[in-house]
Amino acid sequence: MDDREELVDILIENARYSTEEIARMTGRSEDAVTADIEALEEAGVIKGYQAVVDWDESTVERARAVVELNVTLDRETGYDDIARRLAGYTEVRTLKLVSGDFDFLAVVEAETIRDVSRFVSERIAPVPEITQTVTHFVMDTYKLQGIEFLDGYDDDDRLSISP
Amino acid sequence: MADIPPSGIRRYFELAEEMDDVISLGVGEPDFSAPWPVRDAAVASLERGQTSYTTNRGLHELREAISAYLDRTYGLTYRGEDEILVTTGASEAVDLALRATVDANTTVAIPEPTYLSYRPVAMLAGATVLPVPTHEADGFRLTAPALEDAGAARADLLVICYPNNPTGAILEAPHLREIADFAREHDIGVISDEIYAALTYTGDHVSIASLPGMRERTVVVSGFSKAFAMTGLRLGYAVAPASLIDPMNRIHQYTMLSAPTTAQYAALEGLRSCEEAIADMRRAYDRRRQFVLSRFADMGIRCFEAQGAFYVFPECPTDDAGQFAESLLEAEQVAVVPGGVFGTAGEGHLRVTYATGMEQLREAMDRIERFVA
Repeated sequence: MDDREELVDILIENARYSTEEIARMTGRSEDAVTADIEALEEAGVIKGYQAVVDWDESTVERARAVVELNVTLDRETGYDDIARRLAGYTEVRTLKLVSGDFDFLAVVEAETIRDVSRFVSERIAPVPEITQTVTHFVMDTYKLQGIEFLDGYDDDDRLSISP
Repeated sequence: MADIPPSGIRRYFELAEEMDDVISLGVGEPDFSAPWPVRDAAVASLERGQTSYTTNRGLHELREAISAYLDRTYGLTYRGEDEILVTTGASEAVDLALRATVDANTTVAIPEPTYLSYRPVAMLAGATVLPVPTHEADGFRLTAPALEDAGAARADLLVICYPNNPTGAILEAPHLREIADFAREHDIGVISDEIYAALTYTGDHVSIASLPGMRERTVVVSGFSKAFAMTGLRLGYAVAPASLIDPMNRIHQYTMLSAPTTAQYAALEGLRSCEEAIADMRRAYDRRRQFVLSRFADMGIRCFEAQGAFYVFPECPTDDAGQFAESLLEAEQVAVVPGGVFGTAGEGHLRVTYATGMEQLREAMDRIERFVA
């Protein structure tokens, strides 16, 4: 792992580590860490920083669905073109081109299940290249971005002092 | 038994257990749980009904896997068939190695500060214990002059533990050669507890048994507790020539019969599929190590650069480390262990474990900083 790979590894673990802490953890100068983070952002390796939120624990209403999308391509329209049309909507939180039975996998979020349904039927389904959508409403989230939402596992139950 | 004092950490344990909101840097085990495949393998073995004894020496596949692991990791070659003994924790392996080699005339040299069990276990085996102080000036490494000064030339056995608990010191090849020369010259057997070997951060761990003429006089002890985060599963092993493993196995077959079967299946999975998980934990420890060393440096607390295990061993800013540990616990609810618990050579120091999540570690270091300011 070189210095920048290590930085990415550390920021994935916790993007809120301060530059000072990262510098201490890696034995590098703060300036060097700052420069590398900027370089990673510049190069488009790091696209952004976000909190991983368990909406079920918050006061905010959120509903989400995983949506499978099938599309047809023609000479003028490629996957990127369709992706651009879909990615522009704030409701589309995640969009990936995948292998298998369908083409795109989208995660759609809105305030209520109704809003999600309406969004899919009114905004996504009518896109001419989209031939089929299958909407799976998310019932529960157990792990997101590598962070487990389940309680009661891996609690620190060690003795406070041991040899 | 009257000569065996109760464990010196007991007192601090009782103090810490009484308090709320304690951040403990006094723990001798990983904060990680065992990797999921290890836990899954343990459960699966139970579901399959693998709840009987195994052979005394341990599952054949596990011994073969240990043999392959030691070969590819440290260049140590031991036959699974008769040179490897799977034990209930590395602790049992240490006990067996001592009991199998010690008689009433045996002197066991033990470098200090060190893990606090060797001394009482050697005494229980009937040996005379010769402490060999190591010094901060040497980075708490064992050196030939230190052995000489302590009169270890007359010892029959030497118990070493590097990477070291409590100091985090390691021995690199040149240091080991010096000790190996001393051991050969004075015909001293070596028990090398290498439980922290996989947690070496600056370079690769070297086993004393890999040096010329050392294999035949060395029992290497290791296990799954630290690197595989499996302390509670109690699984260790000893490797040595058959002439040393045989008597150890003879005691083991009467006292333990076999190591826990569930843990053996778990360990087998650990060796098969957890190299990446082990590397991830090691990386996390290394970052914390550097973080803690850097924070102590800024506080003006002297601390030599620990290079292994998950401990640093700073100098206590006050004269009485025991009192300091108690006051720190009372004032800031941070638990550390006074170094004197690990032998008189550890006095004036504190053992600080960094096997704790970064957030807790940051908070603990902030509290220590406030306390010493």
